[in-house]
Amino acid sequence: MDPRLAVIEERLERVGRIVAVTGGKGGIGKSVISSTLALTLGESARVGLLDLDLTSPCDHLILGVDGQFPEEKAGIVPPVIHGVHFMSVSYFSGSHPAPLRGQDFSNALIELLAITQWGELDVLVVDMPPGIADAALDAVRLLRRAEHLVVATGSRIVVETVQRTLVLLKQIDAPVIGLVENMQRSEGALVRALAQDNGVPYLGAVPFDPAVEEATGDPDRLTATEVARALRGLSQRLL
Amino acid sequence: MHEWALAEGVIKTALEAGEKEGLQSIVLISVKIGELQRIKKDVFQNALQTVMPEDDPRLGSTRIELEIEPARFRCRPCLAEFDLSDLDGPVDGDQLESIHFIPELAHAFMSCPKCHSPDFEVTEGRGVWIDAVEGE
Repeated sequence: MDPRLAVIEERLERVGRIVAVTGGKGGIGKSVISSTLALTLGESARVGLLDLDLTSPCDHLILGVDGQFPEEKAGIVPPVIHGVHFMSVSYFSGSHPAPLRGQDFSNALIELLAITQWGELDVLVVDMPPGIADAALDAVRLLRRAEHLVVATGSRIVVETVQRTLVLLKQIDAPVIGLVENMQRSEGALVRALAQDNGVPYLGAVPFDPAVEEATGDPDRLTATEVARALRGLSQRLL
Repeated sequence: MHEWALAEGVIKTALEAGEKEGLQSIVLISVKIGELQRIKKDVFQNALQTVMPEDDPRLGSTRIELEIEPARFRCRPCLAEFDLSDLDGPVDGDQLESIHFIPELAHAFMSCPKCHSPDFEVTEGRGVWIDAVEGE
């Protein structure tokens, strides 16, 4: 019997909402959206961020984590980075590649969820693993209260992939908060139509902002970007 | 110490298993600790005592057996089988500490001694596991 499964829900019981930033496609900006959303939420609420890309985590780079490490106290307590209680496998793996097959991913995820003491939070933002294979399915299975914030871009390739994700989420009865159009360069109808076709709210667009690259690792600059400005409105709807 | 979090899982799971089996009293909880996770028996025993609810009558005379299970590995590409002492290192103290928290990080820091692939399977001795719950 696996003793870890029994305590996962307990570790999250003082967390108000669990917002899973999902996409189904790599490279659509889930990590930037997750990290920036957590930073903007942190301006007026108690917020956590969990990076579930266990093989190639990057939220720590966006937040500029520098030398902080979880405190060992009845489990592990996420350090607070610029107002965000942040947990990532990167504290442990550093820059080493961690090639994990499905079962290994599952075990690492269960371990992380079982030992992380989040305490009291209004919102926990979860940067979900890319794709809809083992990693994402395990995350959905174990985070039963998660509500999905789905990210898409105006690319036809992305829209096709995100469509599959939306269908899957519906099949498994996972609640969807809505669809966010990321990296918008010009007004387009594709993502709005995607939302409408799938019966989920279109939550708005986050503009493509070249300043984000320069602001990576510097939360003060990141929260001054157009991306943060757009997400601040969304943050208020989540609280 | 993070062992506390795992110990809490052991007690909760044992109580749930006992309830499912209709046990009035849990006599024995048998736990295996995988060698890979490097949890010390005395530390885990203390953690278990700390999280054990004092007022639960089902746990009044519970004996807890802890056994360290040696870690065994099988390389997926070359099928070599090996144990912890055979694994390619070098693995430093910080890396061992990381594996202590998340055993799967063995794939980040260790590799097959024969073909050097990090794509190996942990066939035995990964982490904490409840082997048996006995009672009456």
